[in-house]
Amino acid sequence: MIPRWIYAPAALGAAFVLLPLVAIVARVDWTGFLGLITSQASQDALWLSLRTSAVSTVLCVLFGTPMAVVLARTSFPGQGVLRSLVLLPLVLPPVVGGIALLYTFGRRGLLGHELDVLGIQVAFSTTAVVMAQTFVALPFLVVSLEGALRTGGRRYEVVAASLGAGPTTVFRRVTLPLVLPGLLSGAVLAFARSLGEFGATITFAGSLQGVTRTLPLEIYQIRETDVDAAVALSLVLVVVAVLVIGLARQGRAG
Amino acid sequence: MRKLLLPAVLALVLPAAACGDHGGSGDTTLTVYAAASLTATFEQIAQEFEAEHDGVDVRLSFGGSSDLVAQIENGAPADVFASADTATMDRLVAAGLDGADPQDFATNVLEIATPPDNPAHVQSFQDLAKPGLKVVVCAPEVPCGAAAQQVAARAGVTLHPVSEEQSVTDVLGKVASGEADAGLVYVTDVRAAADRVHGIEFPESGDVVNTYPIAPVAGTDEPALAREFIEMVLGDTGRQILRDAGFGSP
Repeated sequence: MIPRWIYAPAALGAAFVLLPLVAIVARVDWTGFLGLITSQASQDALWLSLRTSAVSTVLCVLFGTPMAVVLARTSFPGQGVLRSLVLLPLVLPPVVGGIALLYTFGRRGLLGHELDVLGIQVAFSTTAVVMAQTFVALPFLVVSLEGALRTGGRRYEVVAASLGAGPTTVFRRVTLPLVLPGLLSGAVLAFARSLGEFGATITFAGSLQGVTRTLPLEIYQIRETDVDAAVALSLVLVVVAVLVIGLARQGRAG
Repeated sequence: MRKLLLPAVLALVLPAAACGDHGGSGDTTLTVYAAASLTATFEQIAQEFEAEHDGVDVRLSFGGSSDLVAQIENGAPADVFASADTATMDRLVAAGLDGADPQDFATNVLEIATPPDNPAHVQSFQDLAKPGLKVVVCAPEVPCGAAAQQVAARAGVTLHPVSEEQSVTDVLGKVASGEADAGLVYVTDVRAAADRVHGIEFPESGDVVNTYPIAPVAGTDEPALAREFIEMVLGDTGRQILRDAGFGSP
């Protein structure tokens, strides 16, 4: 049972979130829709966004899973502080993240010289886009996976270990399968966050068609001259986001 | 927690709401929407205006010209609009939102900006086409990008920018941080950036002159004040401040 009055603020909050989506749909110029979203620039942007977000998600899983395990299963002095710092990109304005990345991996950044010696130049490259997306999306995966690990508890791990399984076997055969739904929803969140990444990308990677101009950057740019195209592309991004979240729900339910 | 929440929210919201009515010290508020490149100059002009008009508070809102027009079209409470190019002002006129005919008050031309030490040894506009040089420009959709495109066409130089940025500020950021070897921005931007970038003038810039128009917004509550503000921008005070910042006269 929940108090009946609670429906009123809940409905208000829901309307606040949903109305703008309705407004976008209402504002779309349907006669020219197909033409607007199939222009070369739009296709390049969508394809680049999907590609970079996929790579970022893989990176988030590869690095975020071990991070979540360390945070959930070990304790060491300063762990609380470390967790807060690692999760900082969750609350940091992405543009601040972009500036930080610039002064780390940029040509004159902290590691710029070392990277230059190795012949690696990330500035203005698709790699920079992936780095910006991974930076902002990683905490999403870590948070949701750490939560799953803590809720799942370590009973089965202890049993497996007592039956003679080594730490790696326990991790692979017991821990990971148990938190797979958590990992999946974390990965979906990371993908969605990468897809929407804007501030860090424009600050760190720049904006060039087919190389660094992802869908959000294309929308931001094209609205200067063609509001209809900006609205149409916004709808595409909304649809992709809804599809991703829907698929994730399907996956968890099944 | 519950007891604290409402007062806390009110404390945050109420002063802002009060500000909307009065804004600082004055009794009357004049709201001026101006292109981002006018930030420093219009802040000075606003100060002069407030000094001459007792009880008047000038509120300034800076942004990309087309963003500002879009906001005004959607009902933003602007009394005066100053655009970075005539095309954007034409949009305001086309929407029937100009309170009087726009008047040109300043001009601006492009200049090459490099990091202070100019690591790629850029000397001329032609140098920007050198292979391997990292050039950053504004996107063709924004005024500074359109100007860059025209200058390149007039000079017969094909640029291969590594990035087409959304605004002059973004271009300056990439250049000042040393990420890019060179960028195309306005003369006034180079001057405002002081020692963060090195500026290189080039003769071809004179072929493409950007003109800044200003107009009162239709339906303003303060038509007289709006007119007086525009007169100050066009008059000696405004001209002097604009010239000091590197703007030309129309």
